[in-house]
Amino acid sequence: MQSYELTCIQCPIGCALTVTVDGDAVKVTGNTCPRGEAYGVKEVTAPSRTVTSTVALTGGALRRLPVRTAGDVPKAKIFEVMEQIKKTRVKAPVKLGDTVIENVCGTGTDVIATKTVK
Amino acid sequence: MTQHDIIIIGGGPAGLAAAIAARKAGIGDVLILERDDKLGGILNQCIHNGFGLHTFGAELTGPEYAERYSDQVEELGIPYKLRTIVADVSENREVTYVNSTEGVVTVKAGAIVLAMGCRERPRGALGLPGYRPAGIFTAGTAQRLMNVEGYSVGKKVFILGSGDIGLIMARRMTLEGAQVCCVAELMPYSGGLNRNIVQCLRDFNIPLLLSHTVTKIHGKYRVEGVTVSQVDGNRRPIPGTEEFYECDTLLLSCGLLPENELSRQAGVGIDRVTGGPVVDDSLMTDIPGVFACGNVLHVHDLVDYVSEEASRAGEHAARFVKGSVPEGREIRLEGSGGVRYTVPQLIRPDTMADSVVVRFRVADVYRDKSIAVYYDGVRVQKRKKRIMAPGEMEQITIRKDGFAASVPEKITVTVED
Ligand SMILES: Cc1cc2nc3c(=O)[nH]c(=O)nc-3n(C[C@H](O)[C@H](O)[C@H](O)COP(=O)(O)OP(=O)(O)OC[C@H]3O[C@@H](n4cnc5c(N)ncnc54)[C@H](O)[C@@H]3O)c2cc1C
Ligand code: SF4
Repeated sequence: MQSYELTCIQCPIGCALTVTVDGDAVKVTGNTCPRGEAYGVKEVTAPSRTVTSTVALTGGALRRLPVRTAGDVPKAKIFEVMEQIKKTRVKAPVKLGDTVIENVCGTGTDVIATKTVK
Repeated sequence: MTQHDIIIIGGGPAGLAAAIAARKAGIGDVLILERDDKLGGILNQCIHNGFGLHTFGAELTGPEYAERYSDQVEELGIPYKLRTIVADVSENREVTYVNSTEGVVTVKAGAIVLAMGCRERPRGALGLPGYRPAGIFTAGTAQRLMNVEGYSVGKKVFILGSGDIGLIMARRMTLEGAQVCCVAELMPYSGGLNRNIVQCLRDFNIPLLLSHTVTKIHGKYRVEGVTVSQVDGNRRPIPGTEEFYECDTLLLSCGLLPENELSRQAGVGIDRVTGGPVVDDSLMTDIPGVFACGNVLHVHDLVDYVSEEASRAGEHAARFVKGSVPEGREIRLEGSGGVRYTVPQLIRPDTMADSVVVRFRVADVYRDKSIAVYYDGVRVQKRKKRIMAPGEMEQITIRKDGFAASVPEKITVTVED
């Protein structure tokens, strides 16, 4: 059995959660509402994050284009995703929402532009 | 002299929302003046997500949030001037601006909306001892250098102050391959949002030292390290607790100050606690026809509140131009017992809307306490709160029908058991 101490970030109250994992059974205590339980289970079984960064941009008024993953990627893949982002160069014009990297690192989510640059 | 119905100073989220609201309220002649080469203000450098949860129900990044508003400005055909610095605002609503195509121009405004945002407390104001080596940045400057200009700022970083910008930069620099050794915070609690402490520090095992400060900066030409000490209850360093951290970069995230030089020049009354103008329920300052909103009024942590507040300022400015002037009796609002300030500071019951949102910040972390509202010493509202913290803005609502029987002289907002 393993146990993890977390702070719930679903609302400003910030309940101190204890999540215990025993085989397939995941138990959350310390939460005061169901959102805290869902958060605790997700954080321990399949934590994921949105990654935001910038890529090099040529031919536009700006030198950097801000980007993000369209959806969450597994937390363990954050640095791998960053490596791909660092290698990427984009040419203006770009529109907000344009795909910059498709299916980044096999995560099933794209990296998209978060700004329009003419 | 050229005349405009409404002039908006600053093209950040506050200025844009105010302009859109004023136009939608039927004022055709609205002009935005912005000193940067683009609209959007500070949002252009805030490439992280977490904007717009309240307004759009989505977690947008700063640039995405800004573009939703600048797109509307374009669609509505609201004129704006970029690379245009407002140099002076006068009591009779004359605005002097400077740019390279027109030179120095003075125009007259029917109403003015101040939306100049805030700036970071610079190092000088913090009084850190040591030389002035290269490698010391405010967190916001580092953010702009990295995210907009594309420079790398440092490899081994120490961050003083746990405000949100510092926390966001801890993650940003880690993702870019730098090593962030530590975040030190003078106070016994962090001023940053919980979610940022979890997702920017704990995700990357970056330690947060509470009740600690930098007592010395090492290095003559480039930062070589910092000495950090624990502080006592009076925030004084405790001798014998010094510890040395090797680093090449020191980021300062020690708070924001509303940018009110222009307001002061105009003679606008400034609140000593917020550092922003004193306003009434229509967000009008003590100069008739001059309104304020966003970070120039008081420092906000959520852009959603900035947009909402700025829309109200824009609507009221529009109403002022059409001849409906906030006036009549005045009720003073006051924070006490743990409530540091309120915005607005004044309510005019004769011209107020049916309900007015009053925002405030508390001075300390309070658990299981209540927010209470008193009219001339008589309690009229009380609401329990599981937690209140200086980092999160609180609000109450004051209703006009509450003044039907009698109008108090003073409304007090306080924290109690
Ligand atoms: C680094 C940082 C991170 C943040 N992170 C978040 C977050 O994660 N989530 C969230 O919801 N909120 C966040 N916020 C808060 C939110 O972004 C701000 O509260 C909001 O941008 C303030 O808007 P504003 O229009 O008042 O100010 P600003 O965005 O600062 O805009 C002010 C504008 O006025 C212009 N100006 C100033 N003086 C003059 C002059 N004399 N003449 C002409 N123009 C002038 C400036 O150039 C600027 O463009 C963050 C804020 C900062 C600083
Ligand atoms: S468990 Fe519920 S109440 Fe507690 S912090 Fe999470 S969302 Fe808020």
